[in-house]
Amino acid sequence: MTRLQKRQLLTGLLFVSPWVAGFLAFSLYPFLASAYFSACDYSVLSPAVWVGPDNYLTLARDTIFWQAVWNTLFFAAVSIPLGLLMSLTLAILLNFNVPGIGIFRTIFFLPSLMPLVCLAVLWLWMLNGDVGLINAALQPILKTLNSLFSLSLTPPNWLQEPAFAKWGLIFTGLWGVGHAMVIFLAGLQDIPRHLYESAEIDGAGFWQKTWAITLPMLSPVIYFNGIMSLIGSFQVFAVPYVMTDGGDGPERSLLFLATYLYQNAFDYWNMGYACAIGLFIFILILLLTLLATKVSSRHVHYEGN
Amino acid sequence: MKGYEKSAWIRTLVFLILAGGSAAFLAPFAWMLVTSVKPLAETMTVPPRWIPSTFQWHNYRDAIQSMGYFWLYLGNSLFLCVMTVIGTVISSTLAAYGFSRIEWKGRDSIFLLLLATMMIPFPAIMVPVYGLFKSLGWIGTFKPLWVPTFLAGAFNVFLLRQFFLTLPKDTAEAARIDGCNEWQILWYTVLPFSRPVLMVVAFFQFMATWNDFLGPLIFLTEQKTFTLALGLQSFQSQQGGTAWHHLMAASTLVVLPVIVLFFFLQRTLLEGIATSGSKN
Repeated sequence: MTRLQKRQLLTGLLFVSPWVAGFLAFSLYPFLASAYFSACDYSVLSPAVWVGPDNYLTLARDTIFWQAVWNTLFFAAVSIPLGLLMSLTLAILLNFNVPGIGIFRTIFFLPSLMPLVCLAVLWLWMLNGDVGLINAALQPILKTLNSLFSLSLTPPNWLQEPAFAKWGLIFTGLWGVGHAMVIFLAGLQDIPRHLYESAEIDGAGFWQKTWAITLPMLSPVIYFNGIMSLIGSFQVFAVPYVMTDGGDGPERSLLFLATYLYQNAFDYWNMGYACAIGLFIFILILLLTLLATKVSSRHVHYEGN
Repeated sequence: MKGYEKSAWIRTLVFLILAGGSAAFLAPFAWMLVTSVKPLAETMTVPPRWIPSTFQWHNYRDAIQSMGYFWLYLGNSLFLCVMTVIGTVISSTLAAYGFSRIEWKGRDSIFLLLLATMMIPFPAIMVPVYGLFKSLGWIGTFKPLWVPTFLAGAFNVFLLRQFFLTLPKDTAEAARIDGCNEWQILWYTVLPFSRPVLMVVAFFQFMATWNDFLGPLIFLTEQKTFTLALGLQSFQSQQGGTAWHHLMAASTLVVLPVIVLFFFLQRTLLEGIATSGSKN
């Protein structure tokens, strides 16, 4: 290395040193420690005692844990595609040049600014079985359906019924898709206009253009938003925590992996067990991300390469 | 590219869908506001009433009173917002500068490491982080909630680096030849052009701190030290879901600052969020 290169290296390291310190203290150390504690009996209050694979063996037989896994997978499997569909549809609509488009964009974005605690409190109220706005809106629809097909449908008591609680949470999430929507909108605006113009000369209609141009050109952004919501939905915590007042919902239907981790760590001080759950979440996210990358590599189209 | 459909009836249809959708998206906000000024009895009517018989503005005063430490919560949240915004802006700018404007050996592989850390979910590492703060005697203080922001978070460094890479290099080279050191180059040739992106980073950090729930939940122990978000949750928990007019008034007070700030910075922010997704 020349003297200049050495100096550059030192200056560079000096500038990134805040991040390096943060990386060591708040990423690398906790990650390794978490892996170590997951093989320990550990309560923070007393030193960790090595127990080998015990925590993982207990996890494998823990039916509550598997329920949390199932709930989390169900939540992710429903809310990720629905969220992507909703944010993409909104972005496509908001890319039209209609009067008041600026106001529309702001309105659809606003809910994503809600602090999670407010979001949870507000939707607890919206989804109230007796006097909630959602059921008030459903009532006339169900009434019509009932009289048309002689059924007897009644609106559910969303968050109090095991079969509906997760759907209540999913709807709450759909209200806040603004962030992904704005990213999609930017992606749409990056698509070169001439592609659409030549398709129009060939007589392509709206759907053809959407399938042949918009979706392929947008695929990297769809992938990005997909991975972001994947990482987010495996950590879902605050909204169900507030909605259930720190519990896990009717018949544990709102018990998610992060909830169960939190309960073990801070309600039962079973920190080693909590670390094992944490590592499980990490590996699950990693595997699903790799899977998504593999599957999408055939469909994601990168311009220029 | 703006609007790839020109036919009038499709644009009318899109307008109608957007108008309907907007009404649906605004309804929860409207419902929150309406409930927040209703007398308690009118929150329980079936079918729901959109126009209250009287506008009970004192619900706000009552909600603040029954939350107990509302003003303390507000002060705590503001203190944390100020500290974390300062910490993030300074440390992320330095780190992003080091990752983009200085050439050094191994820079790009270390940057990949930074990207990889964004994959680690906080719950997966929160136990050792808690243990770390516990051994420092920081549990129950504000330190765990602001000190780490002085050590540059990965996402903000990423966002700023992407922006710094787009700035022209020749002014920096000229300054270097004139004998400026890196600090001066950062200060005179990079920062003056980075106001918008720094504003985005600052706003994101403000939002993250204002909204954070899990952090205050595990690191704060005494009611008086709670942030507004945590205070609202504990209020909701005490109420057991009865005084909805007060809960909605309290929620409105917690959302309001974020929305006001957003309207001031709207243009810059929407562009900033857009770049965070499209550049990579």
